[in-house]
Amino acid sequence: MAANLGYGVLMITLLVSLYGIGASLYGLWKRNPFWVESARYAMLLTWPLITISALSIIYLLVTGHYEIDFVYSVTSNSMPGYLKVTALWGGQSGSLVFWCWLMSAFASAVTLRHWERDRELLPWVIVVCLVTLAFFLMLVIFFENPFARQWQLASGELVSTMTQPLGTLPFAPRDGRGLNPLLRHPGMIIHPPMLYLGFVSFVIPYAFAIAALITGRTDNRWIRLTRRWSLVAWLFLSLGLILGGRWAYDVLGWGGYWGWDPVEIAAFMPWLTGTAFLHSVMIQEKRGMLKRWNMVLVILTYDLMIFGTFLTRSGVLSSVHSFAQSAIGPLFFAFITLTLTVSLVLVFRRWEQLKSDNQMTSLLSRESLFLVNNLLFMGILVVCFWGVIFPLISELVTNQKVTVGPPFYERATGPLWLALLFLMGIAPLSAWRHTTVQTIGRAIWKPTMASFVVLAGLLIAGIRQFGALLGLWLTALVAFVTLYEFWRGARARRESRGESLPLALLRLAGRNRRRYGGYVIHLGVVLMALGIIGIEVFQTETQGTIPLGGSLTLGNYVMTYDSLAEFDTNDNRNVARAEVSVYRDGEFVGVLHPRRDYFYESQQPMTIPGVRSTLEDDFYVLLVDWQEISTQEATFKIYHNPLVNWVWLGGFVFIFGTLVAAWPHDDGEPEAMPAPRGAMVKA
Amino acid sequence: MIRESKRSILLRITNYFLLITGFLAATIFVTPAFAQATTPTVDPGTIPDDAVNAIAQDMFCPVCESTPLDVCGTQACHQWRELIRQLLAEGQTEEQIKAYFVEQYGDRVLAEPPARGFNWLVYVIPPFAFVVGAFFVFRVMRSWRAATPAMSADMPTVDDEYVQRLEEELEKRA
Repeated sequence: MAANLGYGVLMITLLVSLYGIGASLYGLWKRNPFWVESARYAMLLTWPLITISALSIIYLLVTGHYEIDFVYSVTSNSMPGYLKVTALWGGQSGSLVFWCWLMSAFASAVTLRHWERDRELLPWVIVVCLVTLAFFLMLVIFFENPFARQWQLASGELVSTMTQPLGTLPFAPRDGRGLNPLLRHPGMIIHPPMLYLGFVSFVIPYAFAIAALITGRTDNRWIRLTRRWSLVAWLFLSLGLILGGRWAYDVLGWGGYWGWDPVEIAAFMPWLTGTAFLHSVMIQEKRGMLKRWNMVLVILTYDLMIFGTFLTRSGVLSSVHSFAQSAIGPLFFAFITLTLTVSLVLVFRRWEQLKSDNQMTSLLSRESLFLVNNLLFMGILVVCFWGVIFPLISELVTNQKVTVGPPFYERATGPLWLALLFLMGIAPLSAWRHTTVQTIGRAIWKPTMASFVVLAGLLIAGIRQFGALLGLWLTALVAFVTLYEFWRGARARRESRGESLPLALLRLAGRNRRRYGGYVIHLGVVLMALGIIGIEVFQTETQGTIPLGGSLTLGNYVMTYDSLAEFDTNDNRNVARAEVSVYRDGEFVGVLHPRRDYFYESQQPMTIPGVRSTLEDDFYVLLVDWQEISTQEATFKIYHNPLVNWVWLGGFVFIFGTLVAAWPHDDGEPEAMPAPRGAMVKA
Repeated sequence: MIRESKRSILLRITNYFLLITGFLAATIFVTPAFAQATTPTVDPGTIPDDAVNAIAQDMFCPVCESTPLDVCGTQACHQWRELIRQLLAEGQTEEQIKAYFVEQYGDRVLAEPPARGFNWLVYVIPPFAFVVGAFFVFRVMRSWRAATPAMSADMPTVDDEYVQRLEEELEKRA
């Protein structure tokens, strides 16, 4: 019943979406606002409809309807209730419904805004949003149906369809296979929704951009209207990536948080173009330049978002041939090609109209530096994109698969990241339009001197690795420049208004949240960079098999193997849990419990590290192997990860900065900066 | 004459461009090979895990995609690591061991495609694209600058202007 309801409602939602597209286009053709208004209501209706469908799946998941293929594959009787609910996005078909639900929520939210000033954009925004939604709904309904039941053929084989095929019997197992144990971590529960939220919220700026291109309203209006959408999208994408990193660190058991896995890169690519867009869009707002480029960036972000979903959902990553065999692979490919082609054709049609209003006067002006920033982000994007698709091309052309792994990405993107750090150091000090070496020099010399003090300190501390020295010096430079910017602003306000320094700082940031939110984000990046350099350059590891009471040494740490217990748990796990004592410089610092959980239902092991975490470093222990019966010997792998916690701390600061920048202003409209008048107007 | 000089400039730019692309590809992407001396056969039990992992960390088994061999927990990967230990005990070098696995399972076992034949593209395209991008950005900047009249020489200093601008903005929002 619930399955039929959910599936039926999905079909109705698809029809409503198609109606919305048709009504909007018809309204445009006939110049009849009635039809456009009707399309608006259709778009508004999609959210409650998909909510019913999503709730139907959740009901089926929670009540254990294992005759439903999706429910069988992602839940089991022993799973706690909250995991049964979050299993909605634990499998492909459910996650696509969840994607549609979020998309419809954002599309509905857009319909509720005041459209009086932007009436002509509305029909096209509706069309773009609903075309995207309809595409995903079609995937769910026709190819990845989460409501499909299982039926058993006479041969014992199982098939999944909505209705009973001839010659089959209903198949209703008493228990399911359970959620992939790797997905039971809190980080993994929140990580997919965050990424999806990021993905779907980028549809809105894209829809406005397309509407602007079609209607010819190519001024800054579409950017002003979508500024907060872009920031919110970027916030969620960033949050999703950070949570994904934390999940990998806690669950995957390889001592790191980022493995340059194609699935990670799939989510990272829209973030790269989104970040470039957030910077580049400022040039358009302040100077009326780069209008074409901003259009291209928002189109790229949208299509990379679809491409990311395609990469992870089509099976193309395991083999280019599985892409050809999968039903949704070619469809995704066609959709991406279509949207990219149509969007770019629209940009070329408005090419002349999108000409810059102003000219640049200085190679050190802020617009120039933002342009270089965009170049670097695009450079990283090219490395990522090419690294992900090259194995597929290689398989297609030479019939041989190759692996493009972390060493390639690290070497290729490392210099680009360092260059970006350097830009973060000087760009805040450069002004719009005109900046000279002298003016930058005057502003930067104090932070630079402070950063050289840090560099000297690092050298005295014995650090000699060139990469680490360069990276740490740059992070210090960015930190000092950013703090100096806060200081200069607060001091100016204190002197002119007589406010205390903390109050001046607070009011300063409050009055220009975008600028100072951006600076807070930069500080977050600095902290994250500190952690990344720590683990990339200074990580050490060792592995060894030791007897009970034996020890392993890594740097100034010693770990002794105290005991190991093996037991079954109520939720169908077999747990092997070791107890080890950790000593630092001969001093006892704590007991850790690295363990290996074996999930009987899914027959999957999961390695959970024992970690001693401080701001200085992590001592990270993995239980690799042990003697099954006597437990007299066990193999441990230990990592020393210096500064890694600064990645997570930096992540918090990063997200806080984004919230500051995106926080609504009292007037309900995005904050408008006055047009630059002076020769050296700052952001 | 002007056309000649333009052509020569273009030629020079093209040459620089190719040179830089080649240089970037060669320096950034291609790892130097480290040859190791052959050692006599020893008991595999004496080969430390760290020596095995040093090789395994740059390898992937064909089944466990995206999980480096040194940290993969499957039985198959465990056996691969033991094979590496065995080959090390036989005195094989890192290159020889990797070559053995490549021969058995193809290039995909390596963390990076070997820089030969079609694989060169993976190393050449990103720096090539970056240099093209940099060239375009440079051209765009130049064209913008060329079309702009010279700025007044008596520009205000950055600090004066900063304070003045900040005050203006804050005044508007007060």
